[in-house]
Formats: sequence, structure tokens, C-alpha cells
Amino acid sequence: MPWIARGLRDGFVTTRYPRRPDDYGEGFRASIALRREALGDAERPTDASEVPDLCPTGAIGVRAGQIRLDRGRCILCGRCVAVRPDLFRFDAAIEIAVDHRDLLVVPAPGEDLDDAALEARRRELATRVRALGRSVHVRHVDCGSDGSEEWEIAALWNPFYDLQRLGVYLTASPRHADLLLVTGAGAAGMHEPLEHAYAAMAQPRVVVAVGTDAASGGLFAMTYATRSGVTHVPIDVYVPGSPPSPFSILHGILLALGLMSRPGRPT
Amino acid sequence: MSNEHRGMLVAPEVLGQTIAGALDDKGRLAALFADPVATQTRLVAVVAGPNALTVLEANLGDGERAYPSVTAVVPGADWYEREIHDLYGLLPDGHPDLDPLVLPRDPGVLPPRPGALEPSPPIAPSATPLRPLVHGEGLFTLPYGPVRSGIVEAIEYVLETPGEDFPRIQTRPHYKHRGVEAAFVGRSVADGVLLAERVEGVASVAHAIAYCEAVERLASVEVPPRAQLVRVVHAELERIANHLDSTIHHAEAAGQAVAHARLTVHKERLMRLRAALCGSRFGRGVVVPGGVRARLGRDSGALLEALDPLVQAIEDDLRLLMATPSFLDRLRGTGILPGTVMVARGGLGPLARGSGVPEDVRAARPYGAYGRLGFPPAVFDDGDALARQRVRNEEMASSFHLIRQALDELAELRENLTEAWEVAVPACDGEAFGWAEAPQGEVLYFVRARNGCLARVKPRSASFHNLALFTAAFPKDITTDFAFIEASFGLSTAGAAG
Repeated sequence: MPWIARGLRDGFVTTRYPRRPDDYGEGFRASIALRREALGDAERPTDASEVPDLCPTGAIGVRAGQIRLDRGRCILCGRCVAVRPDLFRFDAAIEIAVDHRDLLVVPAPGEDLDDAALEARRRELATRVRALGRSVHVRHVDCGSDGSEEWEIAALWNPFYDLQRLGVYLTASPRHADLLLVTGAGAAGMHEPLEHAYAAMAQPRVVVAVGTDAASGGLFAMTYATRSGVTHVPIDVYVPGSPPSPFSILHGILLALGLMSRPGRPT
Repeated sequence: MSNEHRGMLVAPEVLGQTIAGALDDKGRLAALFADPVATQTRLVAVVAGPNALTVLEANLGDGERAYPSVTAVVPGADWYEREIHDLYGLLPDGHPDLDPLVLPRDPGVLPPRPGALEPSPPIAPSATPLRPLVHGEGLFTLPYGPVRSGIVEAIEYVLETPGEDFPRIQTRPHYKHRGVEAAFVGRSVADGVLLAERVEGVASVAHAIAYCEAVERLASVEVPPRAQLVRVVHAELERIANHLDSTIHHAEAAGQAVAHARLTVHKERLMRLRAALCGSRFGRGVVVPGGVRARLGRDSGALLEALDPLVQAIEDDLRLLMATPSFLDRLRGTGILPGTVMVARGGLGPLARGSGVPEDVRAARPYGAYGRLGFPPAVFDDGDALARQRVRNEEMASSFHLIRQALDELAELRENLTEAWEVAVPACDGEAFGWAEAPQGEVLYFVRARNGCLARVKPRSASFHNLALFTAAFPKDITTDFAFIEASFGLSTAGAAG
């Protein structure tokens, strides 16, 4: 009995996101952004020859005097911000999930991504998830995470985020799952279990890769026991971060389900 | 200081007996691992005495793979020798059960040998199913994992059972083996801490501290007092978060819906507080070799303001939880680990302290500021899940107290504005150990550096050491106790699988 009264003690703590912005979520340090000085141009290229060496995961590259940052590899260690604050800064945001791997590269996505291909991919995903309606069941498979992503995903069902209010439920069996969350650097030992879980899922199905490790392997990419992230199932949405905040994971899930506006080309 | 841990060299034939001799003198086996030196391999055993480490070494000659098993004499070496077998292909002669633990390899596949001069090519883990170990009429095996219900890390438990009880449980963390020891090799000392933070992500701060302690000991660097205090604040916040997490799983398994919801609210508030202090909800980027990056000075008053109501709320709810019969009934007598087993196997952390063994490296081998900050030891004798819960309850309280002490000292130090938060760590070749008390128990790091780069790093997380005791915790327990026993261990597979 005492627990019933206790349950009412703190009132309402649940966020209104995505219908209203959330102060905590918007203030969370979620990615690295390039300053205008980092972009350079043909006449005034940035002095960036040593900048790629800064990054322990090789997320920073230079092409034609222009710095390119792959957020899919970034573990947010902040070394680039500390050494070259003139070029890099931390960016606080919720909505950092994207629906194509190349969109994690700023300021410009890779060469293979043209507007028509992106549009076709988005139309296909939108068609696929339409059947799911407002009742979506989620399953998670760990493919070699460091354990922190699991905490942040589990947080989505605490009263602050309360994912069930949006019709998203956790399910115990892959057979009942519509949406698969994958984490980890792509441990070779999990290839087969992941394939089994994916094959057991009902159609239509959607996959969200949670964390930088799942997108690229992060610091553990390409050891003898890993690959460059989770590559054995087709990924629909990427949420970068080491680990991403629960808000960003929530954004990734909503993006996959077509409940968010599509991210534009990164800037 | 690095001389303190210089290893004593013994012949491989007598390594087991020598370790056993060192254990008789109130010691426990803290680690046993391999370190490749050119084409040879040396075995390094670490025995933790009441207040110091003893290191024993044995060199295997060129191409030599077999040596007399340590496990035959010291049962606590079991998992260590299985791990060495998987990663280095050594053959401990007389080991009772050399089933794969972290990396099943097919015959003919060479071991990865982390730390060897040549990095290993990719290894596809063997798909051969492992054999059941218990035989008898009516027994069947129940594989549980690696994909399980809930948001949990990948691990497989093979339950061998006649129906209700579990005479034996095989624990298989290898599915998520990432080769973390190989990932360290060749990295700079500064990069190493980023890896250490991700060996076991829920204990990032403790791993970072243990790694940096090793690096700082190697370079004979003294960390500024205020940086030591900041490390305490983040390490203790991490401990509270992990202990809350374990309590949350207990409450969930016991069907305490309101308690569960409220504890998850407290945990979320705590994670937000951690992020407010350093930008990371897991305290990443705070601890670096030589000091800390996230300063805590002017805003420590604000931290106290946010902390006080949170402490109050957590302590209120824990008090009510510990007076809720339907919660206590599920934990009392569940997963009993007797103190004798704990001493024999050298258990760590809250697991040991719940079985009457006052094992805590913050007190036994104080590092950083812990030598001058006081905290009462939390020890309970019953050895069941309830005793472990009581240990965690008391430790959450003492962690809050430690944070207050550290903040008070920081406030005093503020007068002296010239003192640094971080000192340079010169590149040093050689090897050293570092340690920290993670929420799961002692984390031990061995670091060997050459030419300013990491040549071999062995992180030994408490999860690896304690997970070996999992099967021992089911003397008279049944299927429905599983969730409680797992939660009461409070371990992370990432730390165990490597």
C-alpha cells in the first residue's frame, strides 16, 4: 500500500518530446560540428594537414582543403575541440539520427549518395513502415557493445521518456518484433545469432543501429574479432554517439517509423 | 614506485605451487595472463595480499605451449587459464575443463596473441556446439542466450537441469568478444584511456582510473590533489548509478512496479547530473593520464544542491523497499555464496562483501584521494542476494558521503588557484600495474609501454573474475531465482568477454 502513495509523490516527469522541445535533450552534447573556418574554400583552403592525426578513430579527413568529419566514427572524445577550437566545436542536440550512413558525414555526404537514390530509399522505408501503424514492438540485439548503449536504450522505458506513450513496446521474442535495435562493434560471434534474430522477425521490419560502435566499430573496429560495426543486416537508421543519449535513440526510432520529418543534408 | 611490483621469476613447472604458497599468506589470486615477448610467452600471475600485490612470472621457451596447469593447484585460476588457452594457444596440462571461454577456435586456427609483434588476421569463431558437462538420466540442457529478453548484453547461460534446480550452469560470454586487448596494442598512451573507458562501459570511470594509475606509476607522476578529488566524485557517482541499476533489476524481477519506476527516475536524474558535470552520462573524458579534464570548482555548490534532494529520495525509497516483505522474500536465501567459497576463489566487490569478506581496494590498497577520505566498510555475512542488496544500499550512502567530503576538500583547495588539474605524463618504457574499485569490484590493469606506445595492456575487470562464480551461486535455487541471482551479481558481459 505505501507504494501507491509513493508513486504519486513526484507528479508528472515525462517529456513532451517530440510534440514539444525538451530542454534537457536539446542541451545534451551530442556531436561535433565544424566551424565555418573549417570549411575553407578553393582560394582560402584551411590549414588542415595535421588535423586528421588528431582523431583516434580516423573520423576526420581532408579533401580539397576541406575538412570532412564522419560522425559515424566519432566517439566524442573532444580531442579535436580541445586542440583546434578554431575548427571544431561541440554541438548540443536531440535530432542527430539519420536515415542513410552517408548523411553522418559533414559537411558533405559521400560521392555515392545522390538525391534520387536517397529519395527512393526514403520512399521505400516509408512504405514499409506504414503497415506498422501506432503499435510497434521493439527487440534489441547486442553485437559487441561496451554495455553503455544498453543502459541508454533501457532508459527509454523509464517515466522520463515512457516510450509506451508513443505506442512503442518492448517485446521478448524476435518473432513479435517489428523494430530491431542493434548495438556494438560487430563482434564476429554475434553474426549468426543476429542473423537468426533478424530472420525470425515478422515482416515488415526496421533496423536501427544505436551508437558509433554499431555504425563503424569505433575504437574497436577491425580487430581480429570485429568488423566495422554491425554489417550483417541492412540498417535503416543510424544514431551516432558513444553512447547516444536516450533522446537521440528515441529520435532514431521515430525517424525509422516515419514519425519525424526527414533530416536534411548535413551542414 | 614501479619497482614495487617487479615480478619474481619462477620456473613454469612450479608456478602453481608458488602461487598456492603466496595464497596461504592471506592472499587471493587477482589475475593470471600471458604476455608475448618476441616468439616467447611469459605467464604473469598477480596475487593480492592484504595490502600489496605480489607478481610471479614464468617464461615459456621458444614455441613451447604446454606447462603444468595452475588450476590443478589453485582452482581460482580456472577461467584465467581458459582465457590464455583461447587467446594464446597455451596448453595448461591437467586443467579440468578447457572448453572455450572468450574465443572458440576451430582446430588449426592460430590464436590471436594480443601484444605479439604481428597483429592477428580476422578469426571466425568456431560454430561447433559445446558439450554438456552433467550427465545422468532425465537431464537436459537449456540454452539461455545469447539473445535474451529485455535490454541486456549478449551472453549465453547453458542451464543443465533435471527440471527445477541447476546442478551446473555453463557461462559463455564469448559471443561478444571484441578483442579489446588487441585494440590497445600500438595505441598511444593518451589513446589508451579512451579504450579503457570502453572496455566495460558502465564502469568507464573506474577503468579509466585503473589504467591511468598504471601509466602514472610507470612515469612516476604525482597527480594533483584536486584532480584526485574530482576522480573520486565521478567514480562514486558511477558506483551509485551501478548499484541503483542492480536494485532496479531486483525490483523488476520481484514485480515491484512502483519501486521499479521510481528507482529508474532516480537513476535517470543521476545520469543527468553526471552529464551536467562533464558532458557525458558515463563520466567519459574526465579521467586522463596525469589528472582530469573536467574541472569541479566553482560549481561544486550547485552539485551539492542538486545532489541533496536526490540522496533524500533514493534513501527514502530504499528504506521502504527494505521494509516490503514481498521484495525481501524473493531475495532472502537466494543465490547463497558461502564465505568459504568466496575466500577460496578470491571473489571481488559487493559479491565478496555480501559473503562476509571485506574486500575493497579503496581501503586495502588506497589510490588517489581514498587514502585520506574515510568511509565505513559495508560487509554482510549471509551470502545471499539480500546481503548483496544490503551491501549496495550501504555503499550508495557511503558514496554520497565520499562525494561530500571530496567537494568540501575541493572548496578548500579553491583558495590555491595556481594548482594544476592535469600534469604532463612523459613517455616512459616499462611496465606497471594500476587498480581501482569499480562498482563490480577490483579492476586491475597491466600496462607495458615501448617507444611511447602501448605494447601490451591487460585489463582485468571484476566482471570476468566474478562471473566465474556464477554457477556456484545455485546450491538450492530454481529457475525463478535466476533473474535475482543475475541482478545481484551486477556484472557486465563486455568486461568479461574482452
